[in-house]
Amino acid sequence: MGERANGGMGDPDRPLAQSPTLPFVRDEAMNTRRTTEYLTKGTTYAVLLAGSVGMLLPFLWMVSTALKAEDKVMAYPPQWMPNPVVWRNFIEGWRSLPFTLYLRNTCIITGTVIVGVLLTASMAGYAFSRLRFPGRDILFIVTLATMMLPAQVTMIPVYLMFRDVGWLNTFKPLTIGAWLGGGAFNIFLLRQFFMTIPLELEDAARIDGCGSFGIYRRIMLPLVKPCLAVVAIFTFIGTWNDFMGPLIYLTTPDKLTLALGLQFFQGHYGVTLHYLMAVSLLVMSPCLLLFFLAQKYFISGIALTGIKG
Amino acid sequence: MSNPRTTSRMARREALDAYLFVAPLLVGLIVFTVGPVLASLAISFCRYEIFTPPEFIGGRNYAELFHDPLFWQSLKVTAIYSLVAVPLGLTLGLAVALLMNQRIRGIALFRTIYYLPAVVSGVAVALLWVWIFDPSYGLANVVLRWFGLPSCEWLASPRTALFSLILMSLWGVGGGMVIYLAGLQSVPQHLHEAASLDGANLWQRFRHVTLPMLSPVIFYNLIMGIIGSFQVFTQAFVMTNGGPVNSTLFYVLYLFRQAFNYYRMGYASAMAWVLFAVILALTLLVFKSSALWVYYEGERRR
Repeated sequence: MGERANGGMGDPDRPLAQSPTLPFVRDEAMNTRRTTEYLTKGTTYAVLLAGSVGMLLPFLWMVSTALKAEDKVMAYPPQWMPNPVVWRNFIEGWRSLPFTLYLRNTCIITGTVIVGVLLTASMAGYAFSRLRFPGRDILFIVTLATMMLPAQVTMIPVYLMFRDVGWLNTFKPLTIGAWLGGGAFNIFLLRQFFMTIPLELEDAARIDGCGSFGIYRRIMLPLVKPCLAVVAIFTFIGTWNDFMGPLIYLTTPDKLTLALGLQFFQGHYGVTLHYLMAVSLLVMSPCLLLFFLAQKYFISGIALTGIKG
Repeated sequence: MSNPRTTSRMARREALDAYLFVAPLLVGLIVFTVGPVLASLAISFCRYEIFTPPEFIGGRNYAELFHDPLFWQSLKVTAIYSLVAVPLGLTLGLAVALLMNQRIRGIALFRTIYYLPAVVSGVAVALLWVWIFDPSYGLANVVLRWFGLPSCEWLASPRTALFSLILMSLWGVGGGMVIYLAGLQSVPQHLHEAASLDGANLWQRFRHVTLPMLSPVIFYNLIMGIIGSFQVFTQAFVMTNGGPVNSTLFYVLYLFRQAFNYYRMGYASAMAWVLFAVILALTLLVFKSSALWVYYEGERRR
């Protein structure tokens, strides 16, 4: 009985008498079952395809605009296949503001944040999952509770604090938090993952004279690599696209990130849509590329967050 | 060979190590969370226009909020967005996940396509949608014309701007969908089989098997959706800047203006605490209600 292949909604096991669909193929049970199945599948495909068009159309629109000559952008009816295809838009758009500088700034911030998050969140996650120490449970609960706290509550005092230490218009306010805990959610995720690693491995190492740091670095970290990858990916996307943080802390043109630069670009070049779309596409592309390269981590990571959350 | 002395020495050693491991977190919690939370509460009772020292004024900021029409407007905008976009996104995400959970070919491709928009976010996406919603040449009106429908003003009209942002949020429905999909795949097949043997039809199996088994995932998506919807900022700042006529003045955008355009730190802090209270109340409400509709396996109920 466990062999049956049907797992979905179009279940053919329903007795014919109860099946209100398709009265015109009542002559044979097999026929009805098959037709219902085909119909269900057909509808499913149709709906999913229509949805896919909806999901992809904005991207196509963006690419199409990015490749158009300026006078074709506002043509009506819209030209989906740009003619001529103007690849130069990417270069000219990129050069109309110092985007290479913004890219450099964004890379510095994102890189610093990722390293900090991976290091300090995995350290805390390891301690919470494996080490016994007074105050552990209360500290863990407080850490989790910070997830409920909207960033806006701490935003103002933290801003004033950074102002007082003279860190405004530097990258430090945007990166230091990552080196001090790396976010409650990441800690939680890593702790859950550490919990699944068998204790015996650790005991064996301890008997061999390995200390907590050795165990963390040589045994635990290599074993949680998939989870670290998930954390790194989501941290990358979050930091790369962060807007409010840089908006608050970075003020001079030489410090802008890509997100800020794009926003600035919109204000100054409101009409040159083909440039705007070309640069937006370039700014998005690392996230898209990362998604295509590391899709399995995305999917598993999301499953992890959703199910265990 | 373990006498009590060495055991306690080992335990001390372990605790010491542990404190080193959590030291960064501990410093972070104190400097960037606990301290600022207390400071924020204190500032919310002060008049603090950044360049002059703070001055204690009791509950006047909160009282002023109560009479500030823009505060109410921002609360209204955010509440409408939350009330419409969150349930709509949850339902749509679930529906797509159910469709994809069938045994049909090409699921991996569909999943990739639907998840793609959830990977990108921020200013680039906001700019793309500004162009899509362009009333004269935008994609949105092109699509409407395909179906012979009259064109729309989208972001340009106070009547449709918020609705447009809700529509845009549905583009990211794939994020929730993937979570549902993972949940659906962990629903044991034998439950469905048992139900169909008992003569349960499609709807009954969805209602009495799939939905209860999926309720923890729905619960998670709901909480995250509510929290996220109350913190919308980038879209509002980049796409509409709160307009037209404050029809997209989201709460956090107004808070940001008070803090960093008008430098009214006390007033903005009071707003932040009201936001916190609202999110906390809603979350608690959902948590409390969850006993009625969220089913956890392994939990026995009368």
